[in-house]
Parts: sequence; structure tokens; C-alpha cells
Amino acid sequence: MSQKTEKLIDKKGLRLDGRKPDELRPIKMEVGILSNAEGSAYIEQGKNKILAAVFGPKEMHPKHLALPDRMVIRCRYHMAPFSVQERKSPSPSRREIELSKVIRESLEPTVFMEYYPRTGIDVFIEVLQADGSTRCASITAASVAMADAGIPMRDLVAACSAGKVDDTIILDLMDAEDKLGSADVPVALMPNHNAVTLLQMDGILTAEEFEKTVSLALEGCQKIYAMQKEALKTRYVSVKEVEE
Amino acid sequence: MSSVITRVKQKQIAQAIAKGKRLDGRDLADYREIKIEQGIIERAEGSARILLGKTEVLVGTKIELGEPFPDTPNEGVLTVNAELVPLASSTFEPGPPDENSIELARIVDRGIRESKAIDTEKLCIEPGKKVFVIFVDVYVLNHDGNLIDASALAAVAALLNTKMPNYEIKEGEVKLKPGYTPLPMRKRPITVTFAKISDKLVVDAWLEEEQVMDARLSMAIDDDGNICAIQKGGSGYFTVQEILDAAKMAREKSEEIRKKLKW
Amino acid sequence: MPTFFERRQIVTPGDLIAEGDYITGENTYAEGNRIYASRIGIVEYDNKKINVVALRAFYIPRVGDIVIGTVVEVGFNGWTVYINAPYEALLRASEVLSRPFKPQKDELSQFLNVGDLVVAKISAYDRAHNPQLSVSEPGLGKITRGQIIKITSTKIPRVIGRKGSMVSMITQETGCQIILGLNGVILVTGKNPEDEELALMAIRKIEEESHISGLTDRVTQMLKEEKKGGKIKNESKN
Repeated sequence: MSQKTEKLIDKKGLRLDGRKPDELRPIKMEVGILSNAEGSAYIEQGKNKILAAVFGPKEMHPKHLALPDRMVIRCRYHMAPFSVQERKSPSPSRREIELSKVIRESLEPTVFMEYYPRTGIDVFIEVLQADGSTRCASITAASVAMADAGIPMRDLVAACSAGKVDDTIILDLMDAEDKLGSADVPVALMPNHNAVTLLQMDGILTAEEFEKTVSLALEGCQKIYAMQKEALKTRYVSVKEVEE
Repeated sequence: MSSVITRVKQKQIAQAIAKGKRLDGRDLADYREIKIEQGIIERAEGSARILLGKTEVLVGTKIELGEPFPDTPNEGVLTVNAELVPLASSTFEPGPPDENSIELARIVDRGIRESKAIDTEKLCIEPGKKVFVIFVDVYVLNHDGNLIDASALAAVAALLNTKMPNYEIKEGEVKLKPGYTPLPMRKRPITVTFAKISDKLVVDAWLEEEQVMDARLSMAIDDDGNICAIQKGGSGYFTVQEILDAAKMAREKSEEIRKKLKW
Repeated sequence: MPTFFERRQIVTPGDLIAEGDYITGENTYAEGNRIYASRIGIVEYDNKKINVVALRAFYIPRVGDIVIGTVVEVGFNGWTVYINAPYEALLRASEVLSRPFKPQKDELSQFLNVGDLVVAKISAYDRAHNPQLSVSEPGLGKITRGQIIKITSTKIPRVIGRKGSMVSMITQETGCQIILGLNGVILVTGKNPEDEELALMAIRKIEEESHISGLTDRVTQMLKEEKKGGKIKNESKN
């Protein structure tokens, strides 16, 4: 993250895409869009376009990966070669392997894994187009896909990033802000349990700035949570509207 | 999973921590004894070995000539890799790096990179063409918990010990000259990792505590007390209050540990 | 002792449904005296007990359930059957042969092969062992004709209807025999494919609209209309 002279916040206090510092990008979510998966979701957050699908629970293959007392969750976060400016090799990068792990660990606290020993679920995330904060949008979509698959869960997980650019704390970083800004803090929250299940940061923040950034990210999570619920309900309520 | 910890032990660890004590007698905020040795591998440009209790990590650095990244033509390149060497634990398998070693390397990398610990512009020889590439190889030799803090500390100690070759440019060619200068270091980031056990935060968990913990939280702190990298791991969660408490404690602990680093 | 949702409202996982002296029912869990939803579904109150009728769930075997499954593997003393559940079921050779199985003589794939469908009863199951199937009762065994449809298993009761009213109405209107696997797999057997398609349409409608009241009337009406004018409507569309 190198500091560049380019201004990310203009004189009116607005960002490159015209957003206020504490404003989310436009978000669109759809649930149950893939017929082969037990659960699925699609999210657009700004220019991010991400698909998440859940398969299972089913018997683990290979069998030695199964656990005698609980379910196993496997997660793959993957970026399409055409999702970024320069073609990304389709083989998993170190970044993707790390993100697959932290995304999985952000979802695991919500699942009643002990209910179904010896089984596994697969969570597949495909980033079709990336524009910053893709791990957060991926978690948001994957959690909804898990609910759509009927996995018993303690809560949904809503995720959102916050960070610092041009000495301003901002919400929901897009790519340019992530690359040129001075800090990026992705956060995932179980909204009904005040439980943070993902927290990462790179950049430099003082203790006070960090506290502000986290609380702004949490506000973002709450807003996104409302959209997740809406998207899940819409899937069933829309039938009713047609009917009446 | 050959290192299954018995249920009795799990319970003992959790119950002790619930009462604010640990089975090895430490307080929740105490590190194990830290020993740092620098410059122990002569063939490496820099090296350091850290003992954190029984956890042992060796880091060697190598410097080579290479090309800069297109988006940072004036800066040298930092590359961090971590090997969970099979001799360090029966749970480490030979083979390509798994998610654990990749995550470890990336946490160490972020602490150094985000704190701007190395003045990478001084590693530039010819903008856009030739720069020094620093390879930091983390070698875990014995695993008894808290590999993150031990590896991050060993990496910084090795960088502080790293010598950069002298060079001259003759007829457009880069020629190495005899003699060395120290690597241009600006910061000494220290990573402090918390394990959440029995709803309490403990620092420097040893292996068995890690097997009981719900989640972990690592924070890299620079010399000025700024936070410069964070990683949450494990399939549990943290409350906001726990995160803020951790940030405060990480600053205190990092200051303590930094004093042990010779610069 | 407040409740935070009306009866028949939709909840999503994590929604706090009630606080106080309540008992957890289906698809709910408790933390202290708070009752939360664990699946997307419809809230139902049954005195002190709170249930969430899941809109999305998967089948978990129970002893005594009739299920419909697909043979996925022929073993050396029985078959592995996929029953639309997280656990694959075992059907022993002796169950199908109704006599002791002789490994030297009997070629199991002649009785049931990969891809064959069976109607079976869960005869044994616990958390530590995979479910076992039995086909020894009348009406159970290999399926040779008809069509299969999969729906969310929690909606099977809606296909059955009150005291079997829904399924008997569909049988009456379409002339199809309907076997309901509690695992969400339904077998429809009629005199011709058109009748079967009509029955499948009714079942799909039940799955989509099960949470909206007045379901039986709407399904009956749809079947009657389709029977009368379905073909004409389709032709005029083309």
C-alpha cells in the first residue's frame, strides 16, 4: 500500500465514485439461483460480482477427512481469470488459499457442526468480477447460500470493510481505495450475537483510528445484514405477490 | 492428527484459564522465555533463531538481484515463505505448502510490509529494471505453539541482521563489490497473538492451549504503537470489547518484546 | 415474556423469536432464556413450545420412515443407496433375496444395479452408523415405472395434507398412484405421461407455495383448469 499523491477524497468530502465516507456501494443480492447446489447466492456490491454455492451436508470423500464428532466445512474462494485487469492464472494463488481459510473460519462459528458427524459441506465462491473487499462480499453471499441450503445455523454472517484514505475513515473500500489507501480492515459479524468472526487489517492505524474503523465496519455489517434477510425472504415472499 | 489431547487435559487447561491461571504457572498475559540468536547461518545474508519456550523458529534471509513489480518500480521486493518442516511436529506433512504455512507466511509478510519496516526504496538499483529482492524463509524447527509470534519475531531479527551487498554500475551492468552495508530498516514490528480460551484472552499459547482455544487474534504493532496488521484465525469469534482489549494489550506486550531486539 | 414475531411470519437464522419461559421446538435453539431460529422458516407457537417450520432443510433419516433412493454402488454383500440425506444407506443382500446370500452363486447386480430406484423403509439408524434399509414389506422394493420428483423433505407433510386430503385429491384428479418418500422423493405412476405430468405440476406448486394459506383450493383449481383447457392454452401460446 504505497501512498500516492492521487486524491481519493475530493474537496466536498466525496469519494472517487461519489460516495460519502460512511456510505456503502449499491448492493444487490439474489438467493437460490443455481439449480444444482443445495443453496446458492449471488451478490453485486459496486462492481464486485460474486457467486456462492453450498453443497451438502453429504458423506465426506475421501472418507479419512470425515470427523467422528462433527461436520467438516470446506471452502474454496476462487477468482475467475477475467475478474481483474490483468488475467489471473486460474490455479489457486497463496492469497486465495489464505482467503479460503479465513472465509471458512468466519462461517464456521455460525454452524451447528456437531449435529451431523461424519458429514461435510462444500462452500464454493467464484469471484466473477473483483473491485475491492471481495472477501467481505464473499462471506455475505456464502452465509446466505448456507441458510438457503437449510444448514442449521446460529446466525447469519454479514461482512463489510472499512479503512482509511487521505486521513479519512471510510466504509466499504473499492479496489482503488484498497490499493492506494493507508489501511483496510475487513470485518465479519454475527449480528444477533455481537460476535466478530473475521478481522484482518493491513495498513497503519493508531489505536483510536482502529477503534473508529472497526465500529464503522460493524455499522456496515448491520446494514448488509438487513439486506441479507430481505434477500432470503424475497425468495419466498415473491411467490405470494404473484399469487394475490 | 496424532497429537490428540486428552479430554481431561482440555478441561484442566480451560478451567485453570477461567480462574486466570495457566497450567505452566504463567499469568494470562505472560510470554514464555524468549531467546534470540542472530547471525547463526553464515551462508545467509541474515539469520536469526528464536526460542519461545520450546517453540523454535529459524529464519534465513537471502538477497538477489531481480526486477521490481511494475506498480512499484522504485522499490525492492520482499518475499516471505514459511516451511512447516516435518521434523518440527508429527502433524506436519512433507509436500507443497498447505493453508497453515501459507497463512503463517502471509501474516509475517504483512507485519513487515505494512509497517514499512524496510526502506524498500533504498533497495532500488535502476528504477523499473533492477532492484534487490529479499527472500525471508521461515523455518519452523519445533512446534510447541504460537508459531506466528515466534516466526514474526525471528523474521524481524533476521532482517536486522541482514547485510546488503555493495554494488557499482559499470557500462550499464550491475556489478557486486566486496563489502556489505546493513539492510535499511526503519521499524521493528512485533506481532502479538491472543488465544481465546474460556472467554479469556491469553498471550503466547503453547501447543495444548492452541488445541483448546476457540479462536486466535494476531496484531502487529510498530515502534510508535500503531497497529499495522491483524489476522483473526480459528473457528470461534471475538466480541468487539475483546478486540479492543487485545489491541491495548498488544501495544504493551510489543513494547516489552521489542526491547529484546538488538538493532 | 415477549415474543418478537407473529405466528406464520418468516424468520431467518439468528432471529430472536422469544425471550422468557419458552421451550425450543424444531429448528430453534436456546441461549439462556432466549429462543432463536436456526433455519429460514415460518414461526409456529404451540403453547410454550416454539417451532420454525423450515422452508429449506434436508432429510435426516428416522427409523420407520419410508424413503425412495437410488442405488449408487453394488457392494459384495449388499447395495449402497443414496436417499437424499447426508448419510448413504445400506441395503443388505439378504433383504432383497429373502434368503441367505451366497457370495459364490449370487450376482448382486442382477437384482439391483447402479441407478435403480427402490422404495424402502429405514430399519436402523443412529448417529454413529449409517442408516439400514429394509424392503421386506409389501409395496417396497425396486421401482420399475413412473416418474420421480424431488422436493424439500420438510414439505412432504404439505403434499400429504390434513389426514391425507391433498394427496388423495391429486390421486383422484389425475388418476396417478403417488408414493411419498419422507426423504423428499416422490414417485408418481399414471396411465400415461400426461397424467403424470399433471400430478408433478401439482406437487411443484405445493412445494413453491406451501407457506401461503388456501393451498388445497388453489391446487384443486389449477388441476381442474389444466385438465379442461391446459392443452388449448398451450397451443394458443405457440
